[in-house]
Amino acid sequence: MALLQTSPSHPLDGSIAEWVWLLPLLPLLGAVMNGIIAVRAGTFAATVADSDDHDHATPPAGRGLVSLIGPGVMLLAFALAVALFLAMRGAGDLAAPFIRSLGSWMPAGDLRIDWALQLDPLSMLMTLIITGVGFLIHVFSVGYMADDRGFARYFAYLNLFVAMMLVLVLGASYPVMFVGWEGVGLASYLLIGFWFRERANADAGRKAFIVNRIGDFGFLVAMFLVYAQTGALDYVQAHAGLAVAAPGVLTAIALFLFVGCTGKSAQIPLYVWLPDAMAGPTPVSALIHAATMVTAGVYLIARASAVFAGAPSVSLLVTVVGAVTALFAATIALRQWDIKKVLAYSTVSQLGYMFVGVGTGAYAAGVFHLVTHAFFKALLFLGAGAVIHAMHAAYHHAHDHTADAQDMRNMGGLGRYMPRTSALMWIATLAIAGVPPLAGFFSKDEILTSAFARAHNSPLAEASLLGVPGSAVLYGVYGLGLLTALLTAVYMTRLMLLTFTGANRTGATAASALHEAPALMGVPLAVLGVLTVVGGWLNLPSLIPIGPAHLLADWLAPVTGTATRVLAGDAHLSHTAEYALIGTAIATAGIGIAIAFARYRSPVPTKAEAPAEQGVASLLHEAYRVDAGLDRVVVRPLAWLSTSVLWRGIDRALESLFVQGSRAIARAAGAAHDWVGGGDVGRYAWAFTIGLLVMLAAFTVR
Amino acid sequence: MMLADALIVSAILFSIGVVGVLTRRNAIMLFMCVELMLNAVNLSFVTFAKLHGVSGHVFVILVMTIAAAEAAVGLAIVISVFRHFGAVDLPSLKLLRR
Repeated sequence: MALLQTSPSHPLDGSIAEWVWLLPLLPLLGAVMNGIIAVRAGTFAATVADSDDHDHATPPAGRGLVSLIGPGVMLLAFALAVALFLAMRGAGDLAAPFIRSLGSWMPAGDLRIDWALQLDPLSMLMTLIITGVGFLIHVFSVGYMADDRGFARYFAYLNLFVAMMLVLVLGASYPVMFVGWEGVGLASYLLIGFWFRERANADAGRKAFIVNRIGDFGFLVAMFLVYAQTGALDYVQAHAGLAVAAPGVLTAIALFLFVGCTGKSAQIPLYVWLPDAMAGPTPVSALIHAATMVTAGVYLIARASAVFAGAPSVSLLVTVVGAVTALFAATIALRQWDIKKVLAYSTVSQLGYMFVGVGTGAYAAGVFHLVTHAFFKALLFLGAGAVIHAMHAAYHHAHDHTADAQDMRNMGGLGRYMPRTSALMWIATLAIAGVPPLAGFFSKDEILTSAFARAHNSPLAEASLLGVPGSAVLYGVYGLGLLTALLTAVYMTRLMLLTFTGANRTGATAASALHEAPALMGVPLAVLGVLTVVGGWLNLPSLIPIGPAHLLADWLAPVTGTATRVLAGDAHLSHTAEYALIGTAIATAGIGIAIAFARYRSPVPTKAEAPAEQGVASLLHEAYRVDAGLDRVVVRPLAWLSTSVLWRGIDRALESLFVQGSRAIARAAGAAHDWVGGGDVGRYAWAFTIGLLVMLAAFTVR
Repeated sequence: MMLADALIVSAILFSIGVVGVLTRRNAIMLFMCVELMLNAVNLSFVTFAKLHGVSGHVFVILVMTIAAAEAAVGLAIVISVFRHFGAVDLPSLKLLRR
């Protein structure tokens, strides 16, 4: 890294890019300031006395200042990111990354790890998404959390999250990325359990943390392997070293990196934490558990594309896991009643799509879907947040504290009360369903097309996974992807129909208080709506002549171009085939929406009146009972092991050994001393005599 | 011959003293046994003085003097012990214990 610092010139030298260190620092500063306000307000110290998180009578302490600092630092960071982006656009040749070290972190022998930040097209893109979408969600949060006692604490955590996320994407080496990786995990844990007075929320936070731990282990092992192989951990040197590594080593590294990805990005088998993560405030779900943090795995694979390009079999595995996860989560989403649960499983499913993209080596396509998904899923979550906000207010008005404000069976007909939110969410729904010309259509189509195209004449098609030839695998993945697209259209339309159309099911008193979200929440929604519409223009296929093609792919070429070319091989699709694929995708979306309209227009009973679900429906509703299964197979045996063996067995045994044992030794020593010096003169005399005789014997007997 | 006989008597006297010290419970009896041991030693001194000259006699005088002083002090202690505890029984004088 030291070598690179002195390397003669980069087009960005001396430009505004020198201020890159300010990017993570701004939100970190916000986190510290909001944290101080929160500590002074005493919202960290929760007591049983103030058990109600919401207090409508008095505004939370420091609200004015916090609403200025929280979104303020985000706006500054976003402005800086835009300035950096413009500088990069104007800089010309970006083949080499722009790296700035902030100081040495771990100098150990030959290994030198710096606090170094790296600007390149990929990290720049991620930074724009994080700060841009992040800013909108911060603004939305000011409205959403307005009556929450933990207002300052909330923004401290949210700012901390953004700071860590920026460290994750801007870090110039795996260890620095790992710091961000763990930091966002911490922020995620804190925000999932934000309303920690309810045990379920705190448990959900811990679940997220523990499940992620498994993935982090994979990341760490991968890092150790990279170091063992190349002796360096910064991207430039490590990837250069890995370019000449043996295929077996690359496979191992890619595999362990992917384990890390499945944890952070909620893929099978480590997806279980994400649906539970919805326990946090809804804007948190939008920012962390939809738009940014969960896409870190996709980012990691794109970042390590050099590694994955050298391990086609692992790339195939990534693709398969992505496709299976996508379908699996989509089927569950079909039968969820909680509006946020539908979106959560939808997120898992869409992340699966992204992995299909980066797995097939279409890194730009995967990242493209990451970007469009950030737009439309953030919009959907924030829209759901506006709905839940309205439902809460309505039930509060009706003095109903038992009804579930997130259950779609309790909603219905909200479109009449919230026309703007409804319209914007319809846009996002059509986008995620894959209706052209919205953002989701282009990104999803590109992913499916690349999976289909690479089934022939590419290293992926020639590789194999567990004996199955890559070609067959990729056709299978394409089929799964298409089926998932159909289900996506069905469950999203179902969500919209249940929530916004039909008869209102909140009850008359509550319905009178239903209202459109305030402007503070409405404006971010509108901005995201615009992005959802135009986001597709970032990376148009050359087939559709409505704008410049492949903008994003060209932009990312310095980072992922080589790997993309390696994995694509000679794969090629005729124009006819491409038109056919696009036609199929559009037809799939249309059929899905039509199915939903046919099935979910009939009135549904409210949650309280609904009968228990039967058969397949209940299986899907309970998410294939994976949680129950995990509880039986993993959690309970572990709990048993901990209590019965480790605690009652080993801990107690050690306790007896050391605590009781030292007591016994002291007792025995006391007794011995008592016998020796107990004051019995007769005994002294005996001891004296015997001692004398022994001495005599020692001197005389030979 | 004379010498050996005298030394045997001395050893017997000393052993009686030792056994007395080990087995007797009464402090006065203990004292008497100690005196017995001292005198057994004196007897050996006198016996060996026949071989090695006058220094044995000197030691005997010294030991007798010391023994007299010791008896005086010891008896004084025994008397005050008796005044304090009402007995001079050794096993009952175990204040150090517990």
